[in-house]
Amino acid sequence: MTGRDLYQDMIMSHNKKPRNFKKLEDATHIAHGVNPLCGDDFYIYLKVNEDNIIEDIGFDGSGCAISKSSGSLLTSSIIGKHISDASELKDCFIELITSDNSTEESKQKLGKLTIFEGVKDYPIRVKCATLVWRALESALESKVGETTEISTE
Amino acid sequence: MNNESIVKQFPVIEKEGLHYLDSAATCQKPNCVIDAMTNFYKEEYATVHRGIYDLSQKSTIKYNNVRRQIKDFIGAKSEKEVIFTRGATEAINLVANGFAAFISEGDEIVVTETEHHANLLPWQKIAKQKKAKLIVIPILDSGDLILDNIDKIINQNTKIIAIQHVSNVLGTIHPIETIIKKAHSIGAKVLIDACQSVSHIPINVMSLDCDFLCFSGHKCYGPTGIGVLYGKEELLNKMEPYQLGGDMIRTVTFEESTFAELPMKFEAGTPPIVEVIGLGEAINFIKKIGLEKISSIEKELLEYALKEFKKIKTLKVIGDTKNKTGVISFTLENAHPHDIGTLCDSFGVAIRAGHHCSQTTMQHYNVAATARASFACYNTKKDIDKLVEALLYIEEMFE
Ligand SMILES: Cc1ncc(COP(=O)(O)O)c(C=O)c1O
Repeated sequence: MTGRDLYQDMIMSHNKKPRNFKKLEDATHIAHGVNPLCGDDFYIYLKVNEDNIIEDIGFDGSGCAISKSSGSLLTSSIIGKHISDASELKDCFIELITSDNSTEESKQKLGKLTIFEGVKDYPIRVKCATLVWRALESALESKVGETTEISTE
Repeated sequence: MNNESIVKQFPVIEKEGLHYLDSAATCQKPNCVIDAMTNFYKEEYATVHRGIYDLSQKSTIKYNNVRRQIKDFIGAKSEKEVIFTRGATEAINLVANGFAAFISEGDEIVVTETEHHANLLPWQKIAKQKKAKLIVIPILDSGDLILDNIDKIINQNTKIIAIQHVSNVLGTIHPIETIIKKAHSIGAKVLIDACQSVSHIPINVMSLDCDFLCFSGHKCYGPTGIGVLYGKEELLNKMEPYQLGGDMIRTVTFEESTFAELPMKFEAGTPPIVEVIGLGEAINFIKKIGLEKISSIEKELLEYALKEFKKIKTLKVIGDTKNKTGVISFTLENAHPHDIGTLCDSFGVAIRAGHHCSQTTMQHYNVAATARASFACYNTKKDIDKLVEALLYIEEMFE
């Protein structure tokens, strides 16, 4: 075993070149997520329009390959989606890596995000994979214009 | 290096495929410690101090023998100066709480920039409570303390200096002798956090003349749940007990209670008896090998690792002082310390990644975390070879 079950090519490539790795100046919702245990620290920015569609999304900050690639794949999976679809995807993702209850249907929805399933075998790294998703959760629940803070421990 | 006979005494270390390089967090245990504790449970276990029956009396004698052993090991004047605690953390909290009575507004408490949180937070709290100032001795990037301003830092207002002997993140050995002399020249007291030195460097509290010194059993081949506080008798006598309860009293009525003499005054409650026995055996183990031999093994490992690390181009050693124990913090240019930790593990190499309970050290180097390899007398060059193999693999993977 050389860790390749966890560090798959797609994860490595998103770590190296994260998508939507930017701050949105015109964000409507912002959340800040930190994992105090390992120092992962990311902001997520959403621009949600009147129809509740995520028109633009960005994230920035610093962290390990798991947290950064997870954030990158998050942004590319929910851009252009309705916030309720984004929220559902978030629930599916968190279920996938924190429980054994993930259904086939839910895995189908997740698509390539299922590459993170391997994280389940590394309990200490689960929080890395969920960090930006937890920030998304908090951003979706926040009021327009406010920045929320979350911390996973 | 010739430590095969030592390696054989550690069942976990002997395991095929494990390269344990996290001894600065906690040490593995030799068979003699494991056996001493198991046998004590099987044959001799009973409470101490209280039982009138034979088993308890024998248990008490063994327990007290360990106190004498530790007194000799650290060179204390009397057994009254050796307090058993649950660990270094409890020992430091005990001193901070007891010493708080001698601190007033405007006084100064001195720590270093690289303290473990255990030797920072208790003092931060006392400083806030008493409106005293917390003064920090800064470090150079090498990890060495900057002592040019020592006359300013340690001054008439200084009441206590709480300082690590060796940094758990960088391995830097601090010149505590100089600091103790300086402190005493103006009447301040000194607490030495010896967690990272006691199983690596010979210590004699009397010749050091420190006022307090503490360490944890689990970092010196002993069990968890036991630590030692050394304190000068006159100071311990002046301090209020930290915890109240059984075993630390003389007489108790509803109106008033009086406390036992040292060391019992600071040992409320049924102590971790078997852990004390285990610690005694761990001290025996260290004495049998000898601290000189232990430190020479670790020095050889350190030098070898630093030489081998040069093969890894994007590796940066954090704190490159010459004056250090077998602890190396490092980063790789493109891989986060947690990824390094997880991937090393897949090679069977156990290293630590994170802030190592010293976020102020991380802040100095402007990093969120580092990877850390640390050595004990049971490590071999093979462990380092495996680490280097893993790091080269990781470096390439994250190129
Ligand atoms: C330098 C230093 N001080 C204090 C401590 C705290 O020791 P314990 O957690 O055993 O109480 C440690 C252990 O991590 C340490 O390395």
